[in-house]
Amino acid sequence: MWRYLIPVLLFAGLVAFFARGLQLDPSYVPSPLIGKPIPEFTLPTLADPNVSLSDRDLRGELSLLNVWATWCVGCRQEHGYLVELAAQSGLPIYGLNWKDDTDAARRWLQQLGDPYRVTAVDADGRIAIDFGVYGAPETFLVDADGTILFKHLSPLTAEVWQREFLPRIAQAAGQ
Amino acid sequence: MKLWLMVLLGLLASTAAGIDINDDFDDPALQERYRAIINETRCLVCQNQTIADSNAGLAVDLRREIRAMLESGASDQQIVDFLVGRYGDFVLYRPPLKRTTWLLWASPVVFLLIGLAVVGVTLMRRSKQPIELDGDEWAPLSFSPSPSTFSTWRLYCCRFGAARD
Repeated sequence: MWRYLIPVLLFAGLVAFFARGLQLDPSYVPSPLIGKPIPEFTLPTLADPNVSLSDRDLRGELSLLNVWATWCVGCRQEHGYLVELAAQSGLPIYGLNWKDDTDAARRWLQQLGDPYRVTAVDADGRIAIDFGVYGAPETFLVDADGTILFKHLSPLTAEVWQREFLPRIAQAAGQ
Repeated sequence: MKLWLMVLLGLLASTAAGIDINDDFDDPALQERYRAIINETRCLVCQNQTIADSNAGLAVDLRREIRAMLESGASDQQIVDFLVGRYGDFVLYRPPLKRTTWLLWASPVVFLLIGLAVVGVTLMRRSKQPIELDGDEWAPLSFSPSPSTFSTWRLYCCRFGAARD
């Protein structure tokens, strides 16, 4: 009798395996940069190309680094929340404008509001490679020492903020 | 029709090979190393393509970066370390054998062993069954189905196969 159960059990195992697989996001690749210092960079800012932003400017307080571009649909989607978050949380948000048209980027911030303390321009995507960026929007949580605590792929929402960022911010503040 | 298909496939092949072929290295050895690396590097935007195949923005950037590194005299290992340090082992089509990847590497052998075990057990059971002929249709097989479940199953398979032939 039990041998009739073998295919049923195998099938159940397969179903469980695939059911789990369907819930995973295949485009999610864990970053090897978590727990490491932010890569060194010096880039011109969007507001004034003669002024530069460097990795040293991000040290000293907990901050967010948001990789965005005007061609990125997900960035448009999260932008409203970023503006809200910048106003509410008081946390500095730095922008990394990735492979974008700078005029379009300036217009975007004028029209939709500017949540960023400073936006750096990575026109050729060289610095984004150092950050392991592969799809905007990406949001890095950087602690006061300049260590990357967490990276979120895909648009930031209030729910993601509550679930992923707040506990890590609380933990960083507690140390 | 076949000719058209061949022409079409030929055209597709030439576009696939056409990516990034216009600026070859002067040094053929460097060109060969470049080709080898970009064919082993996964594009993270379109995950089932190598950066050699992909024209996604990131693939173009990574090719440019690898090219620059080769020209400045970096070793293959330095380039691989550069990529893995930023994008993780996933960027490699042949991830290194380590704690998180041993199951991936072992799975073909594991499945082969499972298959061999099933075959072995089946053959051992069958060799213990008495061989007796019954009926003409089983004569060429020189053994007969026993009342066991497996043999019943095999009987249906053989009949089905014979009917199809």
